[in-house]
Amino acid sequence: MGTGPEPPEPGLALQLEGLRKSFDGTLVLSDIDLAVAPHEVVCLIGASGSGKSTLLRCINLLEEIDQGRISFFGKEINADLVDVNRLRRQIGIVFQSFNLFPHMTVLHNLTLAPIRVLGKTRKEAEAEADNLLRQFGLLDKRQEYPDRLSGGQQQRAAIARALAMQPRLMLLDEVTSALDPELVAEVLNVIRSLAQSGMTMVIATHEMWFARDIANRVCFLDGGVILEQGTPEQIFRQPQQDRTKQFLQSLTDAGRL
Amino acid sequence: MRGRRAIAIAAASSAVFLAGLVALFFLAPGSSQVRRFFFNIPDAQTAFLGNTRGGIFSELYAFRLNIEMFLIAEVLILILAMVIAMVRQLSGPVTFPLRMLAIAYTDFFRGVPLLLVVYAIGFGVPALSLAGVSTQPVMVYGLAALVLSYSAYVSEVYRAGIDSVHPSQVAAARSLGLSQWQAMRSVVIPQAIRRVIPPLLNDFISLQKDTALVAVLGIIEVNRAAGIVSSTDFNYTGYTVGAFLFLLLTVPMARFTDWLIARDRRRRQAGAAR
Repeated sequence: MGTGPEPPEPGLALQLEGLRKSFDGTLVLSDIDLAVAPHEVVCLIGASGSGKSTLLRCINLLEEIDQGRISFFGKEINADLVDVNRLRRQIGIVFQSFNLFPHMTVLHNLTLAPIRVLGKTRKEAEAEADNLLRQFGLLDKRQEYPDRLSGGQQQRAAIARALAMQPRLMLLDEVTSALDPELVAEVLNVIRSLAQSGMTMVIATHEMWFARDIANRVCFLDGGVILEQGTPEQIFRQPQQDRTKQFLQSLTDAGRL
Repeated sequence: MRGRRAIAIAAASSAVFLAGLVALFFLAPGSSQVRRFFFNIPDAQTAFLGNTRGGIFSELYAFRLNIEMFLIAEVLILILAMVIAMVRQLSGPVTFPLRMLAIAYTDFFRGVPLLLVVYAIGFGVPALSLAGVSTQPVMVYGLAALVLSYSAYVSEVYRAGIDSVHPSQVAAARSLGLSQWQAMRSVVIPQAIRRVIPPLLNDFISLQKDTALVAVLGIIEVNRAAGIVSSTDFNYTGYTVGAFLFLLLTVPMARFTDWLIARDRRRRQAGAAR
């Protein structure tokens, strides 16, 4: 494997080095280097198919990488000996399509993993879940099944479910892309308050104004590589690469920037 | 008003249709013969309740065995089939032989007629003279044949249900730190079972009828009892009674299955906003 000579940087929440991933011979990610400090919010932007989602899925090991190194708080995690279940407790991921468990109430969705994985008592888990639901304005929906909720409510519940495991890192995969436009704001507000509370996050998004507003750093992905990264100011005002300029221009033309 | 008219038309057309069938039956050249040999009221009574002096078994009493076999087999099938379905879901090279075994099992028992399985186990296993295994009551062999055969079908029903749960559900469960097994148990299986209840019930309607096949082992269940009645009276009415008893059991089950399917469809449509 590609164990580098340098030990992982201890001060970083997440460090990706020379990450490579292909599906059936098609290279989806190549030579990805990315460092995320604790409490940092990094936004991944780029066209559909540029590798944003795959990158997030690689970070919590839902996809196996072909080459490179992933370190999480100074520990290499893509080695064979890592207990993936133990690791995933500490990394929350929220998906574009919510993926709530349809046969469970909202409350049960939130308490399943804390009870089964962390060994909490039902009472403990429910008290904590209620706290999160209150914070997200969903307390009155705790006994509802997911299909009775609006898209925005479902996505907030999905975020709450990930947070119920008290992760040290949150990965958000285009969490507003499946929502009706009027429901986007309520979800983004929740994410904003998370960022303010100091949560370390890597966010793949198509909402450029949101990336500009919330990110400490923006990475532009194109064809499976991080073509350019910098502060939102640098990326949105003075992009260096032609592809970045083109991408932003196409968004401006479409009235989305 | 339209609804009432529709009902009236439906009732009238059903009545005409039924009357036609009945007329056809009564006007057929051999009608009186068939009525005498298949629908003989006194014989039906004897078949139904038995005749202790004439050595005729009560079919109603014999049918109790069919119900008993069905109930026991059903539970065992649900368990064995789930084990097979789970084995087929295993991944990794270590479990390859287990997977192959499960596939061979389903291929074999779905491919062989149940009647032959009943013969093979009912006569073959006692012939082996294995201590403990070969000296069971005949009913145990009959049950074993039913369970082995139906588990192959039911495991495929389960598997279809498991496959119908979207992989993103597993991804969501695993991302929360649940193990593969926990994700299966808490997230996939409950959703899968909900989806396969109608096809499962359908298989169980078949199972209820196929309990009659163990008659070949000499168990006096309803089919065998009917045979005894008819060979005593030289009259087939006993079989008609047997058929009637099976209908009493299977028709409510079939209606219940349809009701479940309809309810499921209504629910899915109500939740279609998702």
